[in-house]
Amino acid sequence: MSARLTTRPALALLGAAGLALTGCGGSSSPSGSGSASGGPITVNATDTECQVSTATAPAGTITFKVTNTGTKINEFYVYAEGDRIVGEVENITPGISRDFHVEVTEPGTYQTACKPGMVGDGIRAAFTVTGDAPAAKTDDEDLKTAVTGYSRWVNSQADEFLKETTAFVALVKAGKVEEAKAAYPHARSYWERIEPVAESFGDLDPMIDGREDVTAEGMEFTGYHRLEKDLWVDGLQKDSNAIADKLLADVTELVTKAKSVELNPLQLANGSKALLDEIATGKVTGEEERYSHTDLWDFEANFEGSKQAIAELRPFLEKKDPDLVAKIDSTGKALGDLLETYRDGDGFKLYTDLTEDDVKKLTQALDAFSENVAQVAGVVAKA
Amino acid sequence: MYAATRNSGHVAAAPSPDSVGGEGGPVGTPIAFRGAHQGGIVTPAQDRMHFVALDVVSESAEDLRSMLTAWTRAAERMTYGAEAAPGGAVGLGPYGVPTDTGEALDLPPANLTITIGYGPSLFERFGLAGRKPEALHDLPAFMGDDLDPATCGGDICIQACADDPQVAVHAVRNLIRLGFGVVAVRWSQLGFGRTSSTSVAQKTPRNLFGFKDGTNNVKAEDAEGLAQHVWVAPEDVPGGAAWMAGGSYLVARRIRMHIEVWDRTNLQEQQDIFGRGKLEGEPLGAKKEFDAINFAATRTDGQPAIPMAAHIRLAHADNLNGVRILRRGYNFTDGSDGLGHLNAGLFFVAFMRDAHAQFVPMQRALAAKDVLNEYIEHTGSALFACPPGLADGADWGTQLFG
Repeated sequence: MSARLTTRPALALLGAAGLALTGCGGSSSPSGSGSASGGPITVNATDTECQVSTATAPAGTITFKVTNTGTKINEFYVYAEGDRIVGEVENITPGISRDFHVEVTEPGTYQTACKPGMVGDGIRAAFTVTGDAPAAKTDDEDLKTAVTGYSRWVNSQADEFLKETTAFVALVKAGKVEEAKAAYPHARSYWERIEPVAESFGDLDPMIDGREDVTAEGMEFTGYHRLEKDLWVDGLQKDSNAIADKLLADVTELVTKAKSVELNPLQLANGSKALLDEIATGKVTGEEERYSHTDLWDFEANFEGSKQAIAELRPFLEKKDPDLVAKIDSTGKALGDLLETYRDGDGFKLYTDLTEDDVKKLTQALDAFSENVAQVAGVVAKA
Repeated sequence: MYAATRNSGHVAAAPSPDSVGGEGGPVGTPIAFRGAHQGGIVTPAQDRMHFVALDVVSESAEDLRSMLTAWTRAAERMTYGAEAAPGGAVGLGPYGVPTDTGEALDLPPANLTITIGYGPSLFERFGLAGRKPEALHDLPAFMGDDLDPATCGGDICIQACADDPQVAVHAVRNLIRLGFGVVAVRWSQLGFGRTSSTSVAQKTPRNLFGFKDGTNNVKAEDAEGLAQHVWVAPEDVPGGAAWMAGGSYLVARRIRMHIEVWDRTNLQEQQDIFGRGKLEGEPLGAKKEFDAINFAATRTDGQPAIPMAAHIRLAHADNLNGVRILRRGYNFTDGSDGLGHLNAGLFFVAFMRDAHAQFVPMQRALAAKDVLNEYIEHTGSALFACPPGLADGADWGTQLFG
C-alpha cells in the first residue's frame, strides 16, 4: 500500500548520472593551466591548507599524489555538483603520501577538497576537467533489454491476475466459500508480484487492495480484503456479490492500465526494493492478511517480483558490480531457503502458526537481502 | 553552488582555514579511538549511552571478520565526528543509498566512544574455541534474579557513549546497517544519564533512587588500581587467548527499579539501605562524601551507624577480600509498564579483570543480604570480553581472528 512506484518522468531514463556530471555551471575559471600529462597532480595537505599543484586536467584518468604534511588524519575528495563524490582517498595519516586515481569522463567544473580531521566541508577549490563530452554509452542495450523483459513479465502476471480474479469472483458469487478461500491467496499472488506497478493507479489500489482501517475517509471498504473478511469472519453478506462484481471491474481496468505502463531501468531497480519494503512493513508483520493469515503467500509473491526485476537487470549488473550480484545471490538464496521451510502443501503455513522466533528469522534474512537490493538503483543510475 | 547542500555557508571557491572547525565542523577534541585500551572504559563517563547486543546470524567466519574490519573503519570515523563512510550522507548522488544515515551531520563528536565486546557464545563457532579466554563463561544465577532471556547474552556487544544521545544512537545505527546479514540485534538499551564517575574530575552522579552510588569507583587516575582490578594482564590469558591482554570484561545487568515503592519509603530507611546520606552522599556516621567509611562506628543506641545489610557495607572491598570493579552504569526509563508505573532503573555496566573473581562474589553478597533487593529486580544479564585497544593500522577482525 505504501511503496508506490512513481511513473512521472522525473526518474529520467538513463541520463541521471550524466546530468550530475555535466551540470556544473562553469562560472569559476581555472587558475592554473597545467595538465596531468607530466605526472601526478601533487596535493600538499596541511591542517589548514590544501595546495593542489594545478586546477585543470584533461578528461580521463587523473592521478593525484596527496601528501599529508599536517598533524591530523586527512582525506582528499573530488566532488561533482551537489557534493557527489567522484573519488576519494581516506585515512591519510600525518607524513604519508597516497596516490589516488580518479576517472572523470565528463568535462566540467569540479571541486577538490582536503579534510583535515576527517570532518566538515573541507578546504575546497575549483577544479576544471577539459575535453569533449564522451560518446554515448553502450550500457543502454542491456538496460533496454531488461526493461523489455520485465514489461513482458508484468504483462503476463497482469493477465493471470485477471484470469484468477475472474475465477475467484465466480466462486464468491456462487457461494462456494471453501473453494473461494482456497483460491484467494493464489489469485492475490499475481497482484503481489507486480505490486509497485499495480498500485500506481490512484484509487484503484485502495479499491482493490485497501484494508478496512486504511481506506480513505468516505471511501467504501471494497476489494479483496473486504471479501477476505466476509469469507473468513463475517460470512457472505447481502452486498458480497456487488463487491465481487466491483472487484472484477476494478481489476479489469487495472490490468489494462498496467499493461500500458512504460517503465525505465531505475523503476525496475526501485521496484525490486519497494517489493521488499512491502514485505517488511506489511507481510512479515502479519498485517496484510489479517483474516486469512495467508501472509506468507504474499511474502513469496513480493519476493519473486523483486527477484524478477533483478534477474532482468542481471547482465548489466554483472558487468558493473559483480560483487553486488554475488551478495544479492547469497542473501537471496538464504531468504528463499528459509521461506521454503514454511511451505505447507502448495501453500504456506498460516501467519498465526509462526512463532516469534520464525518471524525474527524471516525479518533478519529479509534485512540482509534488502540492504543489497537497495544498492541496485545506484548502480543503474551510473549507466 | 555546492554549498547549497550544506549548512556551513562556506563558499565553494574560497577555501580558507575557517572551513574546517567552523559551523558544521568539529567542536572539542575527539576521544582517541586507538591506543593501549579501548575508549569508553576509563574515559570520563559521558552523559548518554546506547548499548546493543547482537547475535551473529551468518555461519561464515570470513563474513564476520570482514564486518569487524568494516566496523573498525566506520567506528574510527564516527569517533572523529565524521560520517560512517566518506561523503556517506549525500556523496553517492541522488540514486545511491546513503552510506551514512545523516542524523549526526553538523553535530560535534560529543566525546563519542565505541567499545566492542565478545560474548562466550561467539567462541563456540567460527573456529574460535582456541582463542576463548578462560574467564569468559556465563555468569551464574543469583538469588532473586528475574531474567528475561530476550534481554540476556549475545555474541557481540557495542557500547556507544557520548554527551549527545543522537551521536550515540547514530553510531550504533550505522554499525548495525553495516552488519545486516552477518549480525542481528538481540537486545538494546538506551541510558539517559550516567550513574558513575570514572575520573576524579567528575562529580559522583545520582541513580534514580536519588543516591550517589559508586563513590569509591576505580578511577582513570589510579593506574595501580586499574592494573589490579580492571585490565586483563598477560598472565591471565596465556596461549590462544593472549589477544585479550590489555582488555577488560564487561558485565551488563539491567536492573528494574520499583521507584514508586521506593518513593514512599521514609528518608531514614532510604539512607540506612544505602548506608549513605542522601544530600551529601557521606557514609553514615561521617560528614563528607569522600570521608573514610568507618564500619565500626555506632549510633547513640549502640547500633552500627552503617547497618549490617547496608549496600555500601556489602559491596565494599574491605568486606569482599579487596575486590573492586570499575562501574560505568546509566539510568534508563523504557516508557511505562502498562500498570501505571515507569519502567525505569539502572543499566549497570562494570569493567573488571575477571568477572567471576570480582563481580560474582560481590553480587552473591548483595543478592543474599542487600535490603535494596526489595526495590529492585535484575531483568537482564550479559558478560562480554572487551579486547584491548587497537594499534595504528590494526582492526577488530584481525585482532579477534589473529
